[in-house]
Amino acid sequence: MSTLSHTADHAHHGDQNHDHPPFLAHHFDTPEQQYASSKLGMWVFLGTELLMFGGLFCAYAVYRHNHPEVFEYAHTYLNKWWGAINTVILLVSSFTMAWAVRCSQLGHRTGLCVLLALTLLGGAGFMGIKAIEYSDKWKHHLFPGRANLFNREYTGDHKPDEHHAHGDHPSPAAPAAAAAHATGDNHATGDGHAAAPADPHAGSASHAVLPPASASAAPARALNPVVFVDPHAGASDAAKIVPTSNGPAGLAQGTSPKRGHLTFADLATRDQVRVNTFFSIYFIMTGLHGLHVLVGMGLIAWVLIKSAAGIFGPTYYTPVDLVGLYWHLVDLIWIFLFPLLYLIH
Amino acid sequence: MSAISTPGQLDLTGTPHAPGSNYLNHTRGFLSWALTLDHKRIGLMYMVFVLSAFFLGGIFAMLLRTELIARGPTLMATKTEAWNLYNHMFSLHGAVMVFLFIIPAVPAILGNFVLPMQLGAKDVAFPRLNLLSFYIYVLGGLFFVYVLLSGVIYAYTGYQMPGGFGLDTGWTFYTPYSSSKSMSGVIPATFGAFILGFSSILTGVNFLASIHTLRPKNMGWFDMPLFLWGLYATSVIQILATPVLAITLLLLIVERWIGVGIFDPNLGGDPVLFQHFFWFYSHPAVYIMILPAMGVISEIIATFSRRHIFGYTFIAYSSLAIALLGFLVWGHHMFTSGQSALANVLFSLITFSVAIPSAIKVFNWVTTMYKGSIHLETPMLYAIGFIWMFSIGGLTGLFLAALSVDIHFQDTYFVVAHFHYVMVGSMLFAFIGGMNYWFPKMFGKMYNEKVAMFAAILLFIGFNLTFFIQFVAGAHGAPRRYAEVPVQFVSHHFWSTIGAYVMGVSLLIILLNWLAALWNGRPAPANPWGSNTLEWQTPSPPPHDNFPTSPVVTDPYDMDRWRFVSDEEGWVLTDEAKAAIAAGTAKVGKAH
Repeated sequence: MSTLSHTADHAHHGDQNHDHPPFLAHHFDTPEQQYASSKLGMWVFLGTELLMFGGLFCAYAVYRHNHPEVFEYAHTYLNKWWGAINTVILLVSSFTMAWAVRCSQLGHRTGLCVLLALTLLGGAGFMGIKAIEYSDKWKHHLFPGRANLFNREYTGDHKPDEHHAHGDHPSPAAPAAAAAHATGDNHATGDGHAAAPADPHAGSASHAVLPPASASAAPARALNPVVFVDPHAGASDAAKIVPTSNGPAGLAQGTSPKRGHLTFADLATRDQVRVNTFFSIYFIMTGLHGLHVLVGMGLIAWVLIKSAAGIFGPTYYTPVDLVGLYWHLVDLIWIFLFPLLYLIH
Repeated sequence: MSAISTPGQLDLTGTPHAPGSNYLNHTRGFLSWALTLDHKRIGLMYMVFVLSAFFLGGIFAMLLRTELIARGPTLMATKTEAWNLYNHMFSLHGAVMVFLFIIPAVPAILGNFVLPMQLGAKDVAFPRLNLLSFYIYVLGGLFFVYVLLSGVIYAYTGYQMPGGFGLDTGWTFYTPYSSSKSMSGVIPATFGAFILGFSSILTGVNFLASIHTLRPKNMGWFDMPLFLWGLYATSVIQILATPVLAITLLLLIVERWIGVGIFDPNLGGDPVLFQHFFWFYSHPAVYIMILPAMGVISEIIATFSRRHIFGYTFIAYSSLAIALLGFLVWGHHMFTSGQSALANVLFSLITFSVAIPSAIKVFNWVTTMYKGSIHLETPMLYAIGFIWMFSIGGLTGLFLAALSVDIHFQDTYFVVAHFHYVMVGSMLFAFIGGMNYWFPKMFGKMYNEKVAMFAAILLFIGFNLTFFIQFVAGAHGAPRRYAEVPVQFVSHHFWSTIGAYVMGVSLLIILLNWLAALWNGRPAPANPWGSNTLEWQTPSPPPHDNFPTSPVVTDPYDMDRWRFVSDEEGWVLTDEAKAAIAAGTAKVGKAH
């Protein structure tokens, strides 16, 4: 409670009298009070961030509960190794961030700058890997929303050879993915990763392209077509037949190699048409998270510039501290996203 | 702590400090306002925009009521499927009123202006954030302007602007209509509401941090004026609920844009999930609207009854209880949406329980008035009107909380009347009452008391005429959101429309009275009402730094410290109070 602040002329917030440190805003009496306010405000803001993501986690829970097999099947399209590397990167960057805060408190300017730069690098690495993952999904038409390989209406408008398989995914999907080359696409053999022989009859029978089917089933699939159950389906849908090998979907369950290796054919028909929802949820959750990483990187860059100018020290390190808190939250959300999306069993 | 403790020679004679600058003339020029960090100026800027939104929403209301004045088309003749003008009108009325007026009105205008001063502080905790949330509000408002313009352009030229024209989904944006069928501007409107949400969140963060850290050392939590308790509870809801709305609207936008299949049943989505998400925010939002209004009423009732507020602690805790319970009742909007019976029963029970803290407040207000020396000045008229209408609005809420009754009342005018009694009859009355209460402090001018009282009474009559009859119509099954008037409800709707016109006239009188006061109102004394909260212990209008000398924190409802001086037409500290301050023995705190 300072009386000095009352006598000063506070024409602008930037005004300082000689007793005020330059960073102390005129409506605070002490740096401690200002720090406490800022910190509380940041924590509360982080609470709002958690609630915003909470809505998404809630949507995730609802859909995972309603369609557990969809999640178990579709998650194999995500590369868990990239996800794991990204997890490590973010954890390490959280560590460097925490260390940077300590450096700012101790007034170690060089250490602060180096550690902030490392944190920034971590963020960039994370986004780089995310870009690789996204472009891979893009390449395979695994978009969020209607435009997805698993959306019959979408794929029906495209030539089969536009969506090849996912053999380049080092994921449990590999067996199934390899079979995807047999989706009636004779060109598939040309690109070097077709595993199953293309069925010359399938090309016309299953004009629409199809999500990967079980490898063992491939040769027989044209004989036992299963039609998507769609109340809106008209006669023209004859061309959009989903092949499956072991007869109607559902019967194929017994043939799936083992748990965790569900194939598309193993899914119930009602789940087959829902697979694209997984990718929608994946893109929205990781996309919103990625946006937060980008914002965090911007904030770290801003703090880095100020640190280089030597603004922070033992008496004033609030921005470093708060940006650190934000960065830890971004990290924390990823810690939840990674297992929920990549490590489903 | 900024402004307290030095027992200054507080000399509030009641006369305005004629020479010297105040926050209005402190600096000049457009930029000195546009870039100001002063909470008082930001409050006034909010006032201009929020009142403009209110005016716009009011025009929609008048058009709606005019359409319903008689059977058959009156204003909105076209009945084509693509251009459901009436649907656009009620959607825009609801969306503009809720997102642009009711939610920000009391916190952003009155809260911004009063909160730091009631804390004896110079500003809110984060002044820059405060300005940012104002501009975010304006940006969000621009999206609604775009929606409106796109509708008008389509109506006159047939040209469809990107994003669709107008808004015809209702303010609730229910899926799947909003996500796949509607041709209206759902994306711009929801994106606008998304942006407005951030304004609300940032204001909440700011107020919460201010109340936590800017309180003077000798002002404990239970020494705060109750308006601050109302704002505190509001901030908690804004912080906890609004992010969920943000993500919901974001999901709705991507649903409509690329069809992600979260809410659209055609894509495997669950439309009821949207309702859950939406009401998880929008039901607590009802308490965002009413809690600060209750805070205003607590101030007014105590001041104009010249009595210490009764049951301070109960009023404070009931604010928090309402905020907490408000989060657990959203399901009562979906009694007929296919929720499980168990969920219905639980939501019904919790909804009933919200009545308890609400009733505690009403009881305390009435008890404060009991044996008080009641001064029927304008703000008090609004406060009494509030108690009347909040009681009706609250009690009819119990009808709707009852499962079996709600099935009959769902989507009838009974619901419309119920929430208008709470949102308009209660919140709007508290807002206008609060504006009248703090107007002298804001502008240093007194409005014409007689005109203001006349308008208050007229508004009360007009409001009850408009909406009470809707309870009757709704109980007989009058469906809401219909452009046509069913034959048995012709007279109900006729009188309701007449009431709406009366309301419109009285609101115009209120506005003109304020403008006239700005023009040539009598200079306001520092304390025109004899209230003991800190914002009255500085000149009207306050100086840039809020207080020329540090005010002394005392019990905010110790009305005996002030006496009326007819020469000054204002209240001044009693000699004993001055002596106590000089001696440093002024009774600190302990409001309860």
